[in-house]
Amino acid sequence: MNENTTNDPIIICEDVHKWFDDFHVLKGITTTFKKGERAVICGPSGSGKSTFIRTINRLEEHQRGTIIVDGIELSNDLRNINLIRQEVGMVFQQFNLFPHLTNIKNITLGPIQVRKMSKKAAEEAALALLERMDIADQAYKYPAEISGGQQQRVAIARALAMEPKIMLFDEPTSALDPEMISEVLDVMRELAHSGMTMLVVTHEMGFAREVADRVMFFDEGVVIEEAAPADFFDNPQHERTKLFISQTLQH
Amino acid sequence: MMEDNSPKVISDKIPFYRDVRFLQVFFQILFLIGIVLLAGFLYSNMLNGLKKQGLELELSFLRTEAGFDISEGIEYESSDTYLKAFSVGVVNTIKVSIIGIFCATFIGFFFGIARLSSNWLVRTIASVYVECFRNIPVILQIMFWYATMLVLPAVDESISLFDSIFINVQGVYLPSLEGTAGLIPWLWYLLVGIILAIIVVLGLAAFRYFFEFRELHETDRPSFISNIIFGAKWVAAPIFLIVTIVGWFLTPEVPFELLQPELQRFGFVGGMNFSPEFTALLIGLTVYTSAFIAEVVRSGIQAVVKGQREAARSVGLKESQVLRLVVVPQAIPVIVPPLTSQYLNLAKNSSLAIAIGFPELFQIGKTMIGQTDQSILIFAMIMVSYLIMSLTTSAFMNWYNRSITRMGRSK
Ligand SMILES: Nc1ncnc2c1ncn2[C@@H]1O[C@H](COP(=O)(O)OP(=O)(O)OP(=O)(O)O)[C@@H](O)[C@H]1O
Ligand SMILES: [Mg+2]
Repeated sequence: MNENTTNDPIIICEDVHKWFDDFHVLKGITTTFKKGERAVICGPSGSGKSTFIRTINRLEEHQRGTIIVDGIELSNDLRNINLIRQEVGMVFQQFNLFPHLTNIKNITLGPIQVRKMSKKAAEEAALALLERMDIADQAYKYPAEISGGQQQRVAIARALAMEPKIMLFDEPTSALDPEMISEVLDVMRELAHSGMTMLVVTHEMGFAREVADRVMFFDEGVVIEEAAPADFFDNPQHERTKLFISQTLQH
Repeated sequence: MMEDNSPKVISDKIPFYRDVRFLQVFFQILFLIGIVLLAGFLYSNMLNGLKKQGLELELSFLRTEAGFDISEGIEYESSDTYLKAFSVGVVNTIKVSIIGIFCATFIGFFFGIARLSSNWLVRTIASVYVECFRNIPVILQIMFWYATMLVLPAVDESISLFDSIFINVQGVYLPSLEGTAGLIPWLWYLLVGIILAIIVVLGLAAFRYFFEFRELHETDRPSFISNIIFGAKWVAAPIFLIVTIVGWFLTPEVPFELLQPELQRFGFVGGMNFSPEFTALLIGLTVYTSAFIAEVVRSGIQAVVKGQREAARSVGLKESQVLRLVVVPQAIPVIVPPLTSQYLNLAKNSSLAIAIGFPELFQIGKTMIGQTDQSILIFAMIMVSYLIMSLTTSAFMNWYNRSITRMGRSK
């Protein structure tokens, strides 16, 4: 438990199932994330990690079970979906910055259009965020004009600008060249210490060990093991987990 | 002695017949000479041929009396010159093309977006529209609409919409906006408004650029253009609006009035009239082209990758905002080039009016060819006219595309 974790649950998942046509991707996920908790999700490719975190802001629809985010149940109610998306920020593997907007406009789009912030206030907040990401000098450039590591930090700033209560990261460093990985991880580390609730899909085991409160191991659509990082890495219980850890650490 | 192992560098002086740069230029010149010779040969052959038949290429016929009637278009009488007759055709072609492009764009965007709707019924209706109209030859559609126009009710039994649009066998009658005696004085206010706005915008932009933002580093400073846009939006537009609105009330008479078509003894008077030929051609071209534009729009929107929508949704934008703020701006640069070629197709297809007798460029050109012995020249004039229209359209669309696409050059 880190110093920020509380006992208040913020995401509650009950028996969550998901099918792509007749392919059963999530086979009953039941778990609770607490306010301020940092969870790292790992597991082999195709095990449903991305699908799981994407159900939390309804980029994917779950077909059975319940998901409650910050007291709001995810249903087919558009209003609930929009409310939850405002509370949940997401960072993608491929950054997905808007190429037709400058970096600062990428960040202010949500606050101006959704939070109805004034342009001036939104830009001031965006500049402060870019400062925090250590890329204030890139504000008026376009995404195509900056490096991958810088783009991912703009993407993090874009998500943070909505002042979300929860941040989802889907392999945020997998598309980066090795020398840029640490600049993104630094930012995420700083964010973790600020008390943000974070769900991070990643294979960066050093980051998991250092920052996570809990590591969850996905395999074929179920969580087969979860534990604090020290236990998880040094004393894994399942054969699959052992195999995965030894394979991942070799790299 | 040791053998010399270093690679042998070939750097002899290159003979000209192996020099790439020389060869490129050489073949281009050769090609050009060939073309000029061929064209000259064909041209002199043609002149000889014409001479043998007692004909000569002469532009002077354009100043002689045309002697035929034209059913509609700008002011013209049969005693006017051929040049005047030709210009009637040009104006009619431009008129149907511009109105057609305008309508086809609206309808096309509507159906293109509808085809991507999550609502099954909307999607299906849009698909049926697109697949039907783009797969039937356009000349057939034009003739079909013309046949439809001709079986509409007689004048005194017109179909009336809102009591101001009347449809009958003589075509479509619409209200028209006519300038009154107050128009000219009001145009002066308009001019003053424009000039004032330009002065203020440039002044303000220069001030902001050189003084207000002077301390900022060059890369952080808003560009001169964005200062102009800022000024135009917040200062110049209000000034312009105030001047023109005040002018509207100061002129002795309201500058415009709406003229309703009215049924009198010999038919409708006042308002605007689209003849059956014009209406049929317009509907045919619009519907046909809009089906293609719908496809262009659909594929442009689909070209925007899925991750863009997901990112937009995850910052909380509503579906309509996702479309308007993220998807469409990225789809436009993809859409514009094929859209341009649809515009050009519409303009060129307007020559199919020859099947229903609408007096556009080609129709009038053909009448002129029949009456004179200058067929080659008239054909050339027609072709050059289409060419000029098309090139102008392309140039405008290219300019538009460049002005909206500033996505930042890749590193
Ligand atoms: N839109 C989709 N349609 C059909 N199948 C899908 C879709 N998205 C994912 N899948 C399938 O669902 C399974 C789980 O995918 P998911 O992306 O969640 O895996 P993952 O654990 O994130 O893997 P990776 O480490 O490769 O990112 C995979 O077998 C994938 O092929
Ligand atoms: Mg994944």
